[in-house]
Amino acid sequence: MSEKILMCGNEALSEAAIIAGVDAYFGYPITPQNEVPAYMARRMPQEGRVFLQSESELAAINMVFGAAAAGKLAMTSSSSPGISLMQEGISYMCAAQMPAVVVNVMRGGPGLGNISPSQGDYFQATRGGGHGDYRTIVLAPGSVQEMADLTHKAFELADLYRIVVMVLADGLLGQMMEPITLDHLKPIKTKAKPWALTGAKGRKQNIIKTLLLQGNELEVLNLKLQEVYRQIGDEQTRYDTYQVEDADIILVAYGITSKITRAAVSKARQKGIKAGWVRPITLWPFPSKVLTELAKEPRIFLAVEMSNGQMVEDVRLAVGGGGPVLFYGRAGGAVPTVDEVLEHIEKIMLPEVMKKA
Amino acid sequence: MTEQDYYEEIIIAGFGGQGIIMLGKLLANAAMIDGLEVTYFPSYGAEVRGGTANCMVVISNEPIASPLVTSFDSVIVLNKASCERFSPRLKPGGLLLYNSSKIGSVIPPVDAEVLAIPSDDIAVELGSPRSTNMVAIGAYLQKRGVIPLETAVKCLEKVLAKRHHKTIPINEKALYKGAEFAKGLLAGQTVK
Repeated sequence: MSEKILMCGNEALSEAAIIAGVDAYFGYPITPQNEVPAYMARRMPQEGRVFLQSESELAAINMVFGAAAAGKLAMTSSSSPGISLMQEGISYMCAAQMPAVVVNVMRGGPGLGNISPSQGDYFQATRGGGHGDYRTIVLAPGSVQEMADLTHKAFELADLYRIVVMVLADGLLGQMMEPITLDHLKPIKTKAKPWALTGAKGRKQNIIKTLLLQGNELEVLNLKLQEVYRQIGDEQTRYDTYQVEDADIILVAYGITSKITRAAVSKARQKGIKAGWVRPITLWPFPSKVLTELAKEPRIFLAVEMSNGQMVEDVRLAVGGGGPVLFYGRAGGAVPTVDEVLEHIEKIMLPEVMKKA
Repeated sequence: MTEQDYYEEIIIAGFGGQGIIMLGKLLANAAMIDGLEVTYFPSYGAEVRGGTANCMVVISNEPIASPLVTSFDSVIVLNKASCERFSPRLKPGGLLLYNSSKIGSVIPPVDAEVLAIPSDDIAVELGSPRSTNMVAIGAYLQKRGVIPLETAVKCLEKVLAKRHHKTIPINEKALYKGAEFAKGLLAGQTVK
């Protein structure tokens, strides 16, 4: 049997990255993710790998770019304002098709905001974030166990598709401790990297650049990227469901909010309300199909987020005209409680129940 | 304690340096080893030395929805400021366990069980003033009777940094002393 250990989310994702085989970590401190650089500062040298505290977030993301260009598995982590600073570098890496992992442990915004948990960076994460026509894979852990599992998965996907993968967590998931296991995680099998800058001895030189001025070469790159994104959409869309089959109302939530809403759904069931739950695990690609399917029956959808309504737009796109899509959220570092969500479900469903009667 | 429904929301608070965070981790580890579901959530970030520290621990035999709680089944407080801040958020029927060496008599705002433990004094008597947190947790474990004292003792080496491992015997002693004191108190209460 695998041994359970008590770890906070930030440490769990760090150890998972080490197990996956990260060669180099670059980062600049910011709450609420400081346990990541602290953990890496201790563990990476023990493994004979690179830990480097950069002078800024801009430096950190460009160090990741450099390490990735050299064919190494590299990562950085930060929190909302720091991730904003990294967007230029992420855009460059996506243009150059560099595999890398970026962890965002979201905090309250906008601006420097506060250090409380938030989900306000959904738009930024799922729409590319920087300039230009690109995407990153976005994974949304819903527990401390998944902070480890999905960070491990992030390295696999980054290497497989030559893409930046973002792990989108929040201050609660980063700070909270839960019993987890790491025994099932193994070093990932990496692909050969004939494109890497490893010294051109005995071969033609490789060039990694993102300025493409000749003819239609930039459009060709764009088409190539879109093809990769389509493939990722087909192969990597992930989600979880709970009691959706007969549900009249379906809650949609990711991250820590998914835990809270799932408990609210259970409580609603006890009160006779047929509630169900869909949890997107990949935020990009978004699991639209499952929602489109569920919307073929008459149902109400309720998106719950720690924001003023961002993922709800993807839910609306997926549901189309299939049913009403409502929203409940808290922002600026506030976290909804189970009872609060339950109350909201009741407010929506009691008039519905009355209508049917 | 696994066949019945069990759900307890706990806050542990005091000032920085009283071993609040360590206490939370000890309790969470002990609950985990005991086979219970558990979450631990610290106050983080803008904390300063000498300021207040707190952490929330949720223990249950069902999966836990959120580690962040707003009202508490158990409030364990080691200084006055924390007592004033958190005792108003006790649930009716909850438990208020406080360090009576630092906090005068407390009347909780709701109908709650109150355990006054002079944990500073007991720790000083043992010759280890810093073990006041261990006295408190010993008293708490004795009162709740959910997690065995031995399980918590076993976790000491996990939550204490290696350089502090030499303090394990005295901390163990403090934990049992706290339990003993609570036992005496509870016996007195039943007579009354």
